[in-house]
Amino acid sequence: MIKKGTWVKIQDTILESGHRAPQLPEDTKKVPLIMWAKGFLQEDAEMNSVATVKTITGRLVKGQVMEVEPSYKHDFGDFVPELLQVGIMGRKALWGGEDHE
Amino acid sequence: MSKDFSYEAVMSRKPQIMKDSVGIDYATFEAEGIGFDYERMMKETGYTLAEMQEIQGQTGVGNTPLLEMKNLTQLARKFAPKGKGARIFIKDEASNPSGSFKARRAANAVYHAKKLGYKGVIAATSGNYGAAVASQAAMHGLKCIVVQECYDSRYVGQPEIIEKARKCEAYGAEVIQTSVGPELFYVFLKLLEETGYFNASLYTPFGIAGVETLGYEIAMQFREREGRDPDAVICTNAGGGNLTGTARGLIKAGAENTKIIAASVDLTGLHMASDEQFNRKSFTTGHTGFGMPFATNPDRSDVPRSAARSLRYMDRYVLVNQGEVFLMTELLAQMEGLERGPAGNTALAAAFSVAQDMNEDETILVQETEYTGAGKHINAQLTFARKNGIEIFFGDPRKEEKGKNIILPADLSLLQAQEVDMNKLRKSLIKNAASQAETITEEDIRYLMVETKASREFVEKQLENLGVNRQ
Repeated sequence: MIKKGTWVKIQDTILESGHRAPQLPEDTKKVPLIMWAKGFLQEDAEMNSVATVKTITGRLVKGQVMEVEPSYKHDFGDFVPELLQVGIMGRKALWGGEDHE
Repeated sequence: MSKDFSYEAVMSRKPQIMKDSVGIDYATFEAEGIGFDYERMMKETGYTLAEMQEIQGQTGVGNTPLLEMKNLTQLARKFAPKGKGARIFIKDEASNPSGSFKARRAANAVYHAKKLGYKGVIAATSGNYGAAVASQAAMHGLKCIVVQECYDSRYVGQPEIIEKARKCEAYGAEVIQTSVGPELFYVFLKLLEETGYFNASLYTPFGIAGVETLGYEIAMQFREREGRDPDAVICTNAGGGNLTGTARGLIKAGAENTKIIAASVDLTGLHMASDEQFNRKSFTTGHTGFGMPFATNPDRSDVPRSAARSLRYMDRYVLVNQGEVFLMTELLAQMEGLERGPAGNTALAAAFSVAQDMNEDETILVQETEYTGAGKHINAQLTFARKNGIEIFFGDPRKEEKGKNIILPADLSLLQAQEVDMNKLRKSLIKNAASQAETITEEDIRYLMVETKASREFVEKQLENLGVNRQ
């Protein structure tokens, strides 16, 4: 059980796949339009259950609980060998590579 | 009785929601035919340059450093004919409080919202503008909601947009995220109606006029440093506000001979509303997916009449590939000691190429940089591309297949900006505008001449080709 007052992320379907805007490409029409929001749980809830949260601006939003105390995981990525070559290329072109002191 | 918040009902209330949330009655600027009085709109709803400098100065926005890229200039000259290779400068807009020039747009919009008594501001943006509005709202003690298109239907988020969400939240804003689709606009309208907050649209007169200080500052700093105006100013172009505001500021400073060049990342062929292609592009802004449609149809924005009208000011439009911008971003760090975000470097990559056709005693100024960090960094973007099946290798960037590969120039001589046919853009704008009317009047023709920065002869010829009735 997730306690009332916990900071959670919720998701809600805004438009079902059959109700998407007409001008959309087919691949987008096939899927629903989803919205995600974060807020403090207004009642005890279970994961994946529908609950109301109070957002940081004080709005009440209803949706399916999908993450408890959500955090950011984005980073600087993996090693990209090509990038290492770019600096070598530029320095060599301007200053002549290894001879440059 | 409770209000109907269905898609159709909310969309049908759009004009009223807009009027209430922007505080501008756009109808008063409409002309009889297809046009409207752009200059009067800018004058009556905006602020004077001095007022804007004051407003921005109070929150530490503006007066960013102007730097000469001495090593990149020398490097470009290695690949230029003798006597060619203009000096390259940048305006380091990453030094603004929220890390990009967007702070200028947001400063005015949020100040205006506060002045009119709104309790909060809302912006629909996946980019730096959200962070800028959130930062300004924090300074003014207003509430802030940012709506952003972030994830595809598999809940895979574009790392750069996730980083923007983090930054907005860091400034105390509420971030509402959606999956791919233009119906984000419905979510946005619903929020405006529900909260009664100010629509801090990117395209209002306050927002665009906010960028005029950038153009003005460039002219003043450049004159102080070099004793003259830059020969060319190059702007990364998406919705057109950056270019429009900068050009207007330069004109206000009297720098009327400075050429205005637009630069975008070429993403031709990728559909902007495609769920499957959403994470196959490695740039979330500054690309042709926004640049082209907004240049040729500016009023497709989220306000009835956009204040960003880039074709009025643009002298040239050049395109670069994703691989060229990534390479230039890395070179900027490696050779100038400046680590900046990739999107702002679109114009820098183009400048590296354009400078090689200019004389050595000429100057070209790249008018923005943006912050970098987790998610936004080229290393993060290239890793993400690779995870989405995009191939990355050295080769000829001209052979880049959008959504399939990213080709880093194998040799710096292969970094070459491609020219866009300006007349094609002008024709397209005229076609879009003329499709709104049954007959075209003399007033419409004069409007289209200004809209496209073209001659009467050119405009009349296009209308004739379109078979439009003349009054």
